[in-house]
Amino acid sequence: MSQARILANEQVCIGCHLCEVHCLAEHSRSRHLIKAFKKEQPRALARIHVEEDHPYSIAVQCHHCREPLCVYSCLTGAMQKDPETGIVSSDPERCMGCWTCVMVCPYGALVRDTQRHVIVKCDLCSHLVTPSCVAHCPNEALSFVKVDS
Amino acid sequence: MTRYLIIGNSAGGVGCAEAIREVDRRGPLTIVSEEPYPAYSRPLIANYLCGETSAERMAYRDPAYYDRQNIEVLLGQPLIRIDPAERIVQLKSGLSLHWDRLLLAIGGTPIVPPTEGLQEHEYYTFTTFDDAMRLAARLPHVRQAVVVGGGLIGLSVTEALVKMRIGVTIVELAPQILGRALDSHAAMMARRAVESAGVRVLTGRTVARVHGRHSGERAVGSVTLDDGTEVPCDCLIVAIGVRPRVEVAAAAGMEVRRGIVVDRRMATSIPDIYACGDVAEALDFVTGDNRLTPIWPNAYLGGRIAGRNMAGAETLYTGGTAMNSLHSFGLSIMSAGTVDPPPGDAGYEVLRRQDPTRGSYRKIVLQNGRIVGMIFAGAIDRAGIVFGLMKNGNSVDGFKERLLADDLGLMSLPRDLRQQMLQQA
Repeated sequence: MSQARILANEQVCIGCHLCEVHCLAEHSRSRHLIKAFKKEQPRALARIHVEEDHPYSIAVQCHHCREPLCVYSCLTGAMQKDPETGIVSSDPERCMGCWTCVMVCPYGALVRDTQRHVIVKCDLCSHLVTPSCVAHCPNEALSFVKVDS
Repeated sequence: MTRYLIIGNSAGGVGCAEAIREVDRRGPLTIVSEEPYPAYSRPLIANYLCGETSAERMAYRDPAYYDRQNIEVLLGQPLIRIDPAERIVQLKSGLSLHWDRLLLAIGGTPIVPPTEGLQEHEYYTFTTFDDAMRLAARLPHVRQAVVVGGGLIGLSVTEALVKMRIGVTIVELAPQILGRALDSHAAMMARRAVESAGVRVLTGRTVARVHGRHSGERAVGSVTLDDGTEVPCDCLIVAIGVRPRVEVAAAAGMEVRRGIVVDRRMATSIPDIYACGDVAEALDFVTGDNRLTPIWPNAYLGGRIAGRNMAGAETLYTGGTAMNSLHSFGLSIMSAGTVDPPPGDAGYEVLRRQDPTRGSYRKIVLQNGRIVGMIFAGAIDRAGIVFGLMKNGNSVDGFKERLLADDLGLMSLPRDLRQQMLQQA
């Protein structure tokens, strides 16, 4: 079983926030950059965020942990780790918005959708060959790697 | 092949089964449940009560789960006896089952105080799907409810009742609601949120007597509090907590204190019998001793450790602690560990930050430079970073103040620690 994850390198991150922009667009209904920002209400949410502490910056998203505390702690079973792909995902139909996963994620990677009152999170853009954030990172601070488990 | 038997089909039982199947795909695995339903999310019974979710959506695992994992499941089968010498459990139905490795994830039972008039009248506890269905059937006739207990369960049922436009009075014996999980400041924030929804909160009070609507009827008409106040109601809910169901374990000779005592493998004092969840006293990583922490995530985690050890993959429990995250009456509150150290105890350092304009409150409790407790209320994003530092026992000297800041993130941590974390997972 091989599992994939996104690695972030703060040495070369330039803090441009393009990963956030493209993540949001990829998770919008239209999957179109301009429409996603200008037309869609409510606006989609980015599942990656850039933290800055000058001169450093780094993009943070779900690590799809091997021992995912968010999955183990989920009160409803909404948060699951796919045994084949290793992708950790949250089912919005079953998420109750208790935010227990937010309390236990050591990376602070989970995003609260406060309008729908559910968690949204990185899904590694499983419908794409390369996650959108990685594909659009101009300085290759983000890389997509396969890890053997 | 090893025969696995799991008694209990909630978070602990499922956590154990999933861990066993990661190690051993083939050993016969049976889950026995007293309740007649496939595993469901217990915290969702409040959402069910007010019509926000359905029985299908409450399922903790999908319908094909047991088959896919090659698990035999026996529902509606209460346990009555364990015979460790013969390695047999007896069920109330007369069925007896053999095991090579046994897990007890049998949970707790609601505490019902000895109150005058209580047993003669209709009251509800609120820990099972059956409880929720019984109460839901009653609700069309309810206008005013009294909820005894201002803890997590009391608050969750209160919120559901308020959504159904039922008036609620909470009666809490302690000086504050959510007393065990919060300090007085966070408890006051919670109280304001509850009261602003129209709920009456009476603290430092208890129900002394329950009265029928008419004499001889089981239907409740009012309660009298210990100070003589009479509170009219047509529904009474008792939600003051649960006690571990240790009787069967004690009768089998297992070491039992407040709960079944387990070691770091989640093994009980009897070989090949394991326990987890609300019934077990397991390691608390904050206090370093064994204690009850009857919460869902710890049940799953403990079950997982038990399952690995039962299947032969030796694994030590890194411990759980009292921790809760709730979103109730529009307010999000998280707490974990020792949130309210004894006043004047010089061994603790307390950091606090309040931002009334944002309605937020953050508190971190330190001991010897390490985090032992936390409360995040109102502004909760990325609180898990603090929880992670607490769980790992990292020293936070030199950056502790940054953990209270609005921009809390991985950048709040020293570079070495951050790099180390980012390379893991």
